[in-house]
Amino acid sequence: MALNTQVYFDDVRVGDEIPALRKACTMQQLVMWAGASGDFYQIHYDPDFARGTGLDGIIVHGGLKNAFLGQLLHDWIAPGGFLRRFGCQYRGIDYPNQELVSRGVVTRTYEEGGQALVDLDVWTENAAGKKTTPGTATVMLPRR
Amino acid sequence: MPDSIVTADMQQMIGREVDEGVAEVTTTSCRLFARAVGHTDPIFYDEAAARARGYRGIVAPPGYLGTPVVHPGPRSMITVPVPIAELRIPYKRILDGGTAYEYFEPVVAGDTITSRSKITRYEERLGSIGPMLITYHETAYTRQDGALVAKMYGNVIHY
Repeated sequence: MALNTQVYFDDVRVGDEIPALRKACTMQQLVMWAGASGDFYQIHYDPDFARGTGLDGIIVHGGLKNAFLGQLLHDWIAPGGFLRRFGCQYRGIDYPNQELVSRGVVTRTYEEGGQALVDLDVWTENAAGKKTTPGTATVMLPRR
Repeated sequence: MPDSIVTADMQQMIGREVDEGVAEVTTTSCRLFARAVGHTDPIFYDEAAARARGYRGIVAPPGYLGTPVVHPGPRSMITVPVPIAELRIPYKRILDGGTAYEYFEPVVAGDTITSRSKITRYEERLGSIGPMLITYHETAYTRQDGALVAKMYGNVIHY
């Protein structure tokens, strides 16, 4: 949690890892996400329904994992940065009650239109280290 | 590779903007979303904290726009953009392939957002789960004053 410490563009280097965000979604969190997002597809909270579709059990919503990446980036750039772009592809299934770590690595630092921008690779990875949601992001950071 | 399932009607949908309606960004829905994700920054919960940081109101957390809860009307449980929901696709199963957001300005509680979606292209593939159709889509979000505040890009997999 880096909410009290501003990250400045001047201090960011390609290859830097940003502070990881660790989660282990409970079924309760999946239900909270279903209510908050409006995604009521039963594979995310009804174990019998999920198994009926061939899954081993209920699975974490892709949108929630994407939102974790949003939190990862927000917490890194707050209070003075702006999240310009972020997203991911849903490549792997994640089950609840397993560690899910959101990570990011700086891939480019540059200026465009007078703004100081940083590109990153971002992803969530499961306990086995597999990247289940690979993605990219662009943030604007303040200068010193 | 089986014959293409992309019909002439489906081809004609490419690039056609479909109005998804107007939705209010509310304090309660922002808090609910932030709580579900586990956000700790008070700008997602507290009006005074948000204003002290220069925002016009409680901030909509990253990923808030584009979720079905912000679709107005009784079809709000639809989890794919309206133009895709209206396609006649022979495959029964569906997966969300990915989502990306581009933000131009902060979105805050009190904003009224108009969503317009379009299909940008189709891709047919024979994958490990059988033949699949990947439909790429794009949504533009416009605020009540006409400002384009965000865009969402995504793809939906039917198989």
